[in-house]
Amino acid sequence: MEHWIIQSANALSFASILFLLAAGFSITFGMMRVLNMAHASFFFLGAYIGMETLKRSHNFLLALVVASLFMGLAGLATYRFFLRRFSREEEFPQALLTIGVLLVASEVVRWTWGGRVYLPSGPTFATGSIALGGLIFPKYRLFLIAVGAAVSVVLWVLLTKTRLGALVRATADDAEMSQGLGVNTRYLFMGVFGLGAMLAGFGGVLAAPVLGLYSGLDWEALLLAVVVVIVGGVGSFYGLLVGSLAVAFVDTFTRWFMPELAWFTIFLPVALILAFRPHGLMGKPQ
Amino acid sequence: MRTRIGLLVVLGLGLILAPSFLGPWQTGILTRALIFAILAMSLDLLMGYAGLPSLGQSAYFGTSAYVVGLMTTRATASFWLNFGAGLTSAALLAALFGLLALRARAVTFLMITLALAQVVWALASSGRAVTRGADGLPGIGRPDLGFLPWSFDSAASFYYLVLAFFIITAVVLHRIVRSPFGLALTGIRDNEVRMRALGYNTWLHLYIAFIIAGTFAGLAGIMDVYFNSIVTPASAGVMVSADPMLMIILGGPASLLGPVLGAFLIVPLSEVVSVFTEHWLIVMGLIYILVMLFARQGLLGVLRRKAEAPG
Repeated sequence: MEHWIIQSANALSFASILFLLAAGFSITFGMMRVLNMAHASFFFLGAYIGMETLKRSHNFLLALVVASLFMGLAGLATYRFFLRRFSREEEFPQALLTIGVLLVASEVVRWTWGGRVYLPSGPTFATGSIALGGLIFPKYRLFLIAVGAAVSVVLWVLLTKTRLGALVRATADDAEMSQGLGVNTRYLFMGVFGLGAMLAGFGGVLAAPVLGLYSGLDWEALLLAVVVVIVGGVGSFYGLLVGSLAVAFVDTFTRWFMPELAWFTIFLPVALILAFRPHGLMGKPQ
Repeated sequence: MRTRIGLLVVLGLGLILAPSFLGPWQTGILTRALIFAILAMSLDLLMGYAGLPSLGQSAYFGTSAYVVGLMTTRATASFWLNFGAGLTSAALLAALFGLLALRARAVTFLMITLALAQVVWALASSGRAVTRGADGLPGIGRPDLGFLPWSFDSAASFYYLVLAFFIITAVVLHRIVRSPFGLALTGIRDNEVRMRALGYNTWLHLYIAFIIAGTFAGLAGIMDVYFNSIVTPASAGVMVSADPMLMIILGGPASLLGPVLGAFLIVPLSEVVSVFTEHWLIVMGLIYILVMLFARQGLLGVLRRKAEAPG
């Protein structure tokens, strides 16, 4: 029983990482129909920038802030200089362009940091473990769960209770109509893109002490984001939340029971979802 | 039309004569270009004609490569047996994945095919007992066709073998896209609802196209494993899916000739660049970015517009 509780805590902390990683990917996909492969690079680069900041300042919070800011700017730049040049119908060229960005970022990281595996430390207040009700939990995992919960609440309020959120949802439903009603969709797209990239960079820094940092992590992150979106459904907050939780739990428990089949088992839910609920657990048919 | 025939003649003569003027290294590059041309043409049936942008052709390429690799290293060296097993496995996998992927269209389809292809990649990388993980399966010799008196050990002779399969692929795909079936695919691409209203079973058309494309991707995978004499998880990697898409967009979709042009530009370029720098992936990334920004109407599109422009 205690193993189940501890594994569930692990799954929840992984869900937090997936949520931060997939949020921007899912929202920009739902809103602009842009399949942004480079989103994984924001997560990846952000983690490395966070690690460097941490090495120099020994301040985890500063690392989070610096990585988020840099990746936010990178997101704005990717939209402003590349994606804005495409019309809405050019979905495939956009997707391929972002593969190019991912390749460049991936190789620049390998050039700069080499092929070795890094395991940055977490913040000092979240090292070690803590006993709760007779069970011992690593503090950092609990910290991740808390951050994930906090960010998801903030994002939920932002998307469902504010004017900005209403604009985002309206534009996701019908971009032309909301443009016709006077919404500056370009600025909105750029803002959302930057925000999503920022969250990915933030998530990368948080994920690094758990996942480690190595070349190839960006492709893995891309696949995780894709799987979360397929399982949860495109473009809704609840889809993102349910998708992150479902993928994290399936992955954590199959790794526990069948470590040999790691990676493979993550795709089983994808096949099941596609067979029985092709629009994802929370998605609406389009 | 005249430009097209001219291009075909020049291309055909060039392809037949090329090895006489080139060394083994250059011939090898052309062989690789032909292999990717087979892959890109088969994807064009899906992406250009049927409007289904699959980013998962590596699944069939990689599967048949692994099947041939496993058969050769563990069971039999018979080319035709391994060839048949490779193609069959690619076709069966496409029949399975097609059922899942065709639940969606457009960019969601692209995302799903990507995820499905990664199943194959994940199996190849983590199923150490069978695939030997990242080390791959080395020691796969050049094929022996049995009834032919010569061997395919030299670069030029293997090139002609691949060229023969390339021509077969081009002819078969050309017949398919000109057939009523192929025309129906184009109709479905342009307006699926209307085609359904006209009484076409659009799903079945797309499903069959998906299996055909997967089978030819498998053919390219078989050629690739004999060419490299090793199969590694990279044969099932994302770039095997993305590169042919780049080639199609660069050359011009829905033409079969376009993807071939794209392959003959991209493959030599990346091979040459990789000689000069170990960071050639940066150059490849830049090529993706530049092609999408400035050449996404495709070379054939540009040529056609030039030909049609008055004066």
